[in-house]
Amino acid sequence: MAKSNHTIASISHISKSFGSKKVLSNITINICEGQILGLIGPSGSGKTTTIKCLLGMERADTGLATIFGQKMPNRQILERIGYMGQTDALYENLTALENLTFFGNLMGISGAELTSTIDKNMALVNLTDSLHQIVANFSGGMKRRLSLAIALLANPDLIILDEPTVGIDPSLRLDIWTQLRTLAIAQKAIIVTTHVMDEAEKCDLVGLIINGEIFALGTPSELKEKFHATSIEEVFLKAEVSSK
Amino acid sequence: MIQFKAILIRVTKEILRDKRTLALMLLAPILILTLMNLVFNSSTDTKLKIGVADNVPSKIIQSLPSSKVTIHHYPNSLNRAKKIQSDNLDAFVGRSKNKLEITNENEDPTKSSQVKSIFANALLVSKIKELSLILKKTSLQTSTKQTSSNLKIKNLYLYGNSNSTFFDKVFPILIGFFVFFFVFLISGIALIRERTSGTLDRLLATPIRRSQLVLGYLAGYGLFAVLQTLLIVLFAIYVLKVAIVGNLLLVLLTNILVALVALVIGLFVSTFANSEFQMMQFIPIIVVPQVFFSGIIPLDTMAHWVRFISYLLPLSYAGNALTAVMIKGQGLGVITNDWLILLVFLFIFTFLNIIGLKRYRKV
Repeated sequence: MAKSNHTIASISHISKSFGSKKVLSNITINICEGQILGLIGPSGSGKTTTIKCLLGMERADTGLATIFGQKMPNRQILERIGYMGQTDALYENLTALENLTFFGNLMGISGAELTSTIDKNMALVNLTDSLHQIVANFSGGMKRRLSLAIALLANPDLIILDEPTVGIDPSLRLDIWTQLRTLAIAQKAIIVTTHVMDEAEKCDLVGLIINGEIFALGTPSELKEKFHATSIEEVFLKAEVSSK
Repeated sequence: MIQFKAILIRVTKEILRDKRTLALMLLAPILILTLMNLVFNSSTDTKLKIGVADNVPSKIIQSLPSSKVTIHHYPNSLNRAKKIQSDNLDAFVGRSKNKLEITNENEDPTKSSQVKSIFANALLVSKIKELSLILKKTSLQTSTKQTSSNLKIKNLYLYGNSNSTFFDKVFPILIGFFVFFFVFLISGIALIRERTSGTLDRLLATPIRRSQLVLGYLAGYGLFAVLQTLLIVLFAIYVLKVAIVGNLLLVLLTNILVALVALVIGLFVSTFANSEFQMMQFIPIIVVPQVFFSGIIPLDTMAHWVRFISYLLPLSYAGNALTAVMIKGQGLGVITNDWLILLVFLFIFTFLNIIGLKRYRKV
């Protein structure tokens, strides 16, 4: 389903240990523009560490991470990346607008440009009415959506979302995936980690990470074929069993 | 620049929204200073209660200064310890042969030493009276006129006046301490919150420079530290009537410097804490020792190596500079060294913080 072969981000042969514990070993993934890459795997398998190595928040022991052809870590490149971590990472004492303005400014956007992108993205996550509300009064789902809006604020070419749909109800989750697909069609590259297997089906490329290794990597249909499974969920279960 | 401004604005807004923290920063020091002022200023005029057995020569008793002691008379045979306890005496004086025996309660050693000096004085006075009587007699016999010069003492003070209390001495140091303590705590906890809530990761996933982040924090919290200092100093001068001899501007500038040092040390230390509670655990290790070495307790009597510790603690320089300005009225010439050392602390820890953020982002 890859629409082009123009590589946005690549991780090649990355290994990483924390002390004596090996967290990642020899991970290689490539993502092209217009692609949605889903990283699935049990918790503690190394999905988040993979993302952090790619972003340059962690330095890999061996191997190379590049984004837009630049070796990571690279501070300037971060301007073109939208990142949402596992936690909502919001300032609870501030209003939604103040949070958006703050992170927008950090990405280097201000003035009318900032206002218009805030309006656009708040509409996308269906939070326009809560713009002036203090975040502490938000529900869990609203916080997650605001967090997503912040990640998309700078119209990034690479979007990295760590568990974006946790705590979001099914209809909105569907909306968000529709939106992610729209972004992919607009030639953005998107990396998503998830526990939700039917979300994995919506990805162009699925990487199954188990115990810090890429256990399988391919399109959903390739994976299902390889493991003689009818769904990604089944692939996941079979992979977990065979890795033990 | 836009990033720096964003951090500054956000920090400011967050503090303004968090009313309790704001109150802690601004009102708590004022409350404590007021209480300390009450405690230290009210205990200066108490008289010593001294029990005297009837076999003590009355000459000596008459020589005791009535402004400092109240005297209770007892028969000699009584159990002294019991009397001290039951009548709440500070000391009991009896006589055995040619000795005065003073039993001190000694719950408060300063009172014991007051009793000692008062009696030593009284003995001296009664002896001098005897001597002058003898002198008078001899001068009558020999008809040579002896002039004894009638000397009186007038006390003059280089700093302060006869009403200066312990509170006046420690007040400059306390100001520095409060500024340090609250800024240290609040800035450290703020950074821990950024870490645990994930906002630090998100911050560092933007192209902000690590230095912009640290300097933005410095500016934001620095602003409130200035406000805090202003409030404390003005409150002390106009409400508590504490005299500040030197230049008010120097007091403020010194405190701003203290606040900034506290800020960078707080930020730095918070790197080694995983929760707000662990940050509190640094108070006995980092804040409390500084009080002992800041000048509240005189350092000249301590062993040399103990004094050396004070050279490592920023609050001792702050205490030094603030005492120089507020009590001695000294100027920039005297405190420049203290300022320079505080600046060195500021630069070192700012630098360490910028480096330290590499833990969370490698560039």
